Amino acid sequence: MAVAAITDNYAGERLDRVENFHGNQVIYIGWDYHLMFCAPVAFAISPDTPFDRLLEELIPGAYSQHPEFERIDWDSVQWILNGEAFTPELDASLAAQGIDHKSILRFNTPGLGGIQGSGS
Amino acid sequence: MSPKKLSLKEKYSLLTRDLEWEYSYRDYKEIFPQEEFEGIKITDWSKWEDPFRLTMDAYWKYQAEKEKKLYAIFDAFAQNNGQLNVADARYVNAVKLFLTGVSPLEYQAYSGFAQVGRQFGGVGARVACQMQSLDELRHVQTQIHAMSHYNKFFDGLSEFNHMHDRVWYLSVPKSFFDDARSAGPFEYMVAIGFSFEYVLTNLLFVPFMSGAAYNGDMATVTFGFSAQSDEARHMTLGLEIIKFLLEQHPDNVPIVQRWINKWFWRGTRVLTLVAMMMDYMLPNRVMSWKEAFEVYFEEAGGALFKDLARYGIEMPVYAETAIAEKEHLSHQAWSIFYNYTHAAAFHTWMPNEREMDWLSEKYPNTFDRYYRARFEHWREMERAGERFYNPTLPMLCQTCQIPMGFTEMDNPTLIAYRQSVFQGERYNFCSDGCKDIFDHEPQKYVQSWLPVHQIFQGNCGGAEMEDVLAGYYRMNLGTDNLDFHGSPDEQRWNHWHNLQTAAEQMKKAS
Repeated sequence: MAVAAITDNYAGERLDRVENFHGNQVIYIGWDYHLMFCAPVAFAISPDTPFDRLLEELIPGAYSQHPEFERIDWDSVQWILNGEAFTPELDASLAAQGIDHKSILRFNTPGLGGIQGSGS
Repeated sequence: MSPKKLSLKEKYSLLTRDLEWEYSYRDYKEIFPQEEFEGIKITDWSKWEDPFRLTMDAYWKYQAEKEKKLYAIFDAFAQNNGQLNVADARYVNAVKLFLTGVSPLEYQAYSGFAQVGRQFGGVGARVACQMQSLDELRHVQTQIHAMSHYNKFFDGLSEFNHMHDRVWYLSVPKSFFDDARSAGPFEYMVAIGFSFEYVLTNLLFVPFMSGAAYNGDMATVTFGFSAQSDEARHMTLGLEIIKFLLEQHPDNVPIVQRWINKWFWRGTRVLTLVAMMMDYMLPNRVMSWKEAFEVYFEEAGGALFKDLARYGIEMPVYAETAIAEKEHLSHQAWSIFYNYTHAAAFHTWMPNEREMDWLSEKYPNTFDRYYRARFEHWREMERAGERFYNPTLPMLCQTCQIPMGFTEMDNPTLIAYRQSVFQGERYNFCSDGCKDIFDHEPQKYVQSWLPVHQIFQGNCGGAEMEDVLAGYYRMNLGTDNLDFHGSPDEQRWNHWHNLQTAAEQMKKAS
């Protein structure tokens, strides 16, 4: 709906347009049922980044303090992109597989229920 | 012969309603250009009932008397080193949160009521807004004076106003008020006058002030007492605006209902900060957040909405979610701040054993099941010399701007994710409430100044976290931030109390 405003056709400036991120885009990553990390995490990275780099750098950098991190079986991880099941192509770029600006990429690690099974 | 003295009634009339005049050479719409655009219909301003029978000269007199008493206590507090008598130094972090997060809102309220008061065609509403505006200015000043004494002895207080405009978690209360103040005058009144000052005030103001009372903070609690009669007036104004709008025209009902839905939800999200303060930051606890929510929202709010039902107003649409969240809110909020204390201007800590047991007792349905194992793990990491700090910036909700730490109420270990696409761009939210607010007025919320995105865009002092925290936020790193254990606040506190003990020993020995 339109904003009730004192001027006609009021429009706001979109503060987080992808052009404002100096060639990067924002992506969010969340590890389901591991709330020791209180919220999903945010990165500003190039849309040309291959998916591999998430696995090798960004995800370990964000989550390796968790005692279950070492036990993740990456072959059985279930990925969810913006709410839909997703199968990543490791060599392809984020942009090439539809991981666009402000996308949410979640991963679920079956068998790992967080600290003492508490979802933490 | 001396002039005849006016009766109270004459004086009241002359000094309030009689301040109005007939507009003879300008059009009403030119004078009050903001009265119609929100769709609210006012048919007769004379039906406005003044919520408080107070004239300006009486107002000054009462306030001056209160002020004299208040500042006498502040002086006594300072001269007697009142800071030494708080429960323990952890308590002062609640003061830091209040001064950085809430006191600047008083200033925003002052400005807001002054601005919207000007826009009302009815003189009764204008006078009421003027007085509330002055009250709010008084509150920000007296709060700063009440808490300034702590600034001499504790870290994290000195840049409170600068921080309010910049720091990531303070964007939560700041954007709440910015949202209200950039709305029209009637929405502002429903947002701040009614939803905040009437429905939710007992969950904001009372917990901080009774927290101060229970924890030996004489300065802050005396401010609380001094503000109490002002707050009572604000509640009457909040109720009057709602009744007036609903009685003026039936077309106003759905608009007001939508505003109540929106501002109840915006308000409960801001109160997340209060929830964690009550359950985690007070060494002497008053009551749990859950208990406070039951008393002040479910019981008192329930009765209020029963009363408003005759106008066709219903409970806020997200009330059920908020009621379910009372079991989780404080624990999830404390987790967020424990994760990111390295980027905050106050300290956090893990509850001790006795405090954990209190949480288990107060939250029998949730604490042991969902939170205790996490907290014990963090405590073990700290004991091993590896206190946990989250190394990556969090994702924020587009509307409330809080890190996305809230979970689904039917699956409390799963983060709640909501998303909208507007003009080809994705927007993410923590809840149905925040998503619906965005979807109704996307052109407003695409402008959200999200601190994490602003850092990524290079607008917060630089690319390194130190540039942001020390430079842009003006935090003193290593003193204002990090865990309470090992902080200079803690060291000084222990030092003072050992000194006292040593001095007593000397006295006894001589």
